[in-house]
Amino acid sequence: MNNPNSNSRISRRSFLGRAAGFTFILATGVVVPNIGDKNNDQKKGKELSIWVHLAPDGRVRIYNPSAEMGQGSMTACAVLIAEEMNVDWKDVIIESSPVDPENYGLQWGGQLGGPMMTVGSRTVRGYFNALREAGARANYVLRYSASRIWGVPTGRVSTEMSKAIHSDSGKTITFGELSGKIALPTNLDNIKVPLKDNEDFTLIGKDIPRYDIPGKVTGEAQYAMDIFLPEMLYGVMQRAPVNKGRPVLNNKEEVLKGHGVVDVLVMDYGVGVVADSTETALKAKARLDISWSDAESSDYDSILAYQEYERLAKSDQKGRSISSKGNVLRAFETATEAMVCEYKNDFAYHAQMEPLNAVISVSPDGKRAEAWVGSQSPDNARRTIANVLGIDFYDVNYHVCYLGGGFGRRSMSDYVEEATILANHIRKPLKFIWTREDDVGYGAFRPISLQRMEAAIGGNGNIMGWKHIIAGTGGGLLASGAEISYYDIPTQLIEVRSIDHGVRTKHWRSVGHGPNKFAIESFLDEIAYAQKEDPYLLRRKLMHKSPRELAVLDKVAEMADWGNNSSNGRAKGIAFAERSGALTAAVGEISLDSSTGRIKVHRFWVVMDAGLVVQPNNAIAQLEGGINFGLSNVLHESITFKSGQVQQSNFHDYRLLRISEAPESIECFIMPSAEEPAGVGEASTPIVGGAIANAFLKLTGKPLRHMPFTAEKVKEVLDQSM
Amino acid sequence: MRTTFILNGRHIEVDADADSKLLWLLRDQLKLTGTKYSCGLAQCGACTVHLDGNPVRSCVVPVSSLKDKEVLTIEGLSNGELHPVQKAWIEEQVPQCGYCQSGQIMQAAALLEVNKNPSREEICSHMDGVLCRCGAYTRIVTAIQTASKIMEDE
Ligand code: FES
Ligand code: FES
Repeated sequence: MNNPNSNSRISRRSFLGRAAGFTFILATGVVVPNIGDKNNDQKKGKELSIWVHLAPDGRVRIYNPSAEMGQGSMTACAVLIAEEMNVDWKDVIIESSPVDPENYGLQWGGQLGGPMMTVGSRTVRGYFNALREAGARANYVLRYSASRIWGVPTGRVSTEMSKAIHSDSGKTITFGELSGKIALPTNLDNIKVPLKDNEDFTLIGKDIPRYDIPGKVTGEAQYAMDIFLPEMLYGVMQRAPVNKGRPVLNNKEEVLKGHGVVDVLVMDYGVGVVADSTETALKAKARLDISWSDAESSDYDSILAYQEYERLAKSDQKGRSISSKGNVLRAFETATEAMVCEYKNDFAYHAQMEPLNAVISVSPDGKRAEAWVGSQSPDNARRTIANVLGIDFYDVNYHVCYLGGGFGRRSMSDYVEEATILANHIRKPLKFIWTREDDVGYGAFRPISLQRMEAAIGGNGNIMGWKHIIAGTGGGLLASGAEISYYDIPTQLIEVRSIDHGVRTKHWRSVGHGPNKFAIESFLDEIAYAQKEDPYLLRRKLMHKSPRELAVLDKVAEMADWGNNSSNGRAKGIAFAERSGALTAAVGEISLDSSTGRIKVHRFWVVMDAGLVVQPNNAIAQLEGGINFGLSNVLHESITFKSGQVQQSNFHDYRLLRISEAPESIECFIMPSAEEPAGVGEASTPIVGGAIANAFLKLTGKPLRHMPFTAEKVKEVLDQSM
Repeated sequence: MRTTFILNGRHIEVDADADSKLLWLLRDQLKLTGTKYSCGLAQCGACTVHLDGNPVRSCVVPVSSLKDKEVLTIEGLSNGELHPVQKAWIEEQVPQCGYCQSGQIMQAAALLEVNKNPSREEICSHMDGVLCRCGAYTRIVTAIQTASKIMEDE
């Protein structure tokens, strides 16, 4: 991807007039130049806006503000602009926008000018209106320019497939031909440009192949890991085994003598090594003899900690309230029956396939830097580099790279900071990589939690009261997904109680939704089981005031033929979740090898209502991937701490789902909708825990209450007498 | 040590430590970056290349074992035209983040060399060593079946 960042100051000065999140450039020539490639000719053509560059040959460059990490938003963002601009998709070239949050960032409300963060499935829904408007304005400029050439009213000029057309005479001019003749109306900022009606879409909602895919099948797609610079050195780092432990290096001289070793730097919580190749750096790292100080989390044991979380969940200590509705206490006093269940989930690791890394070059005087990074928060990464060096944001020439997976991990800039410190120390181009072992051992994990669920059942069998206490380590990350506004339960109390143990936690695909939806959906099935009620019908009843949710649930039940039980030792489980505005229901079908405890997942049916879906085939890919990602977590993934140290180190002991364990089929359906788009990238992941546990309950009559459901743990559950 | 082998159809001579691994030789010395590092332990398959036609994990193949062998990487797979597996990967829109995909494609291409029309079970057992964190497995199976059809037609 190209990286037009080093001259951002110049381009920023060239942007004149700003309205409705759309900035016009009046300067001609190079405004957003391709600095990444020094030999690149200056671009000929015209910047129609900060989003669009039109070349004389008719190629239309569209600048993508989001991080492309596999979710496809690079294509989706360009589709939004191209749709309203009426560009022939063949003419579109997509490049990364400058990392310039003032112009390209996004506020949570959808206005431009906020952080440039690709998180929380927010890109398409966040940029939806702003980018369509940008496309429509570019289209207006083209129509206006054609109308000046022909001397006709702008209203009589229409566009289609990269051409402007004079409706009365049938005269046409291509966008490429217009590029040298662009005229800007003086009152452009105040002109209202209409957006298309949904039924006029030619790109939105159609299956446009993803722009990034061809490069990803030839091996040409560039991740930061793939950048090589002349005279580049290689950096690695040994980090504290216990978070925030401080190092004393006992053998610096000896390590420095190693073949190919350039330098060794003792840092706050680790020791950096610079060498002439990746392998020599790794060998030198293995020779480091470091004594570490103790730290806050030195006595943390995550398995033992469940007892502490349980005590906390049972206590009357007040936590942070997520929802409080009606008189819960009274509901429990008057209940004919009360149910209590506790659910647990271990820490989870992101396991993005590309380990963290960055390539950074600091100038000899330390006043400028050039960087290649794959980040979900590129403005934060760029600022981090500037801050470490004490230089201006715009003195960092920042190149956006593809991300070999993010899942929340790459929204932190810890690896960028480390790389900058080391690169500044040597003042030579540096490729800084984390090994897989570093990535696991110094991970920032999805929180561990114990969820205490209580339900008050009334005389009529209805759920009258609902208590959900989430106790764990992870602060605010524990909360998301705990609300259940679509289930009509008259009294509710939902609360988070967190204990800080000094270990690192972070957003992880769908954040708290994974654990919370698992607990909620499993508990509902346990209630239904106890009441001898069908779990689908129980949810139907609870959703009677939420028609959109109910439609999704009904559709998945229909697709999975819910009324007909599976045969051949199989069973189906149903679950529902809402995430980033998307409503998703799934049914999973499993069987069980009871001698080993191994769960086999055969099929999944998934239905999503995410409003208007810009890229349906890609959305289905996200649903499929999200189910497999969820299954991986639910069946295998567990990070544990002993004496504050992570017990896993690589994929042999942090198991991920393999292809033979993926369901034979994942049938997806997207509800047709004209509502505003919702976030798709995380929608299906949090449903999986509940769907599998519920299928297991149906199959065996026993609940699974601790994720992951490893064969070992399942066997234990099977061996327990009820 | 100096050693010679055939890389993507061309004889080459390299100079590297005997215990140096093929993955780093390809990436750091030869700048063939399509082959990826992810685990370094033969656990994930991101670094898969062909050695004398067989898929291997280049992160554990020492340079000392390469003498006169044939190495094929993702860069050498397409021959002017995309390989049927690559075509199928585009047709089925398989890649997400893409980081595992060179390994997936090399592993799949090796399967179709020896088994023109693999069943779902054969695909899964052959592909099981290559992880995809993005969970593109569903489409990988379909795409291998599609590639098998493309090969039949070609
Ligand atoms: S990097 Fe070689 S198998 Fe993972
Ligand atoms: S496509 Fe991302 S790991 Fe496979």
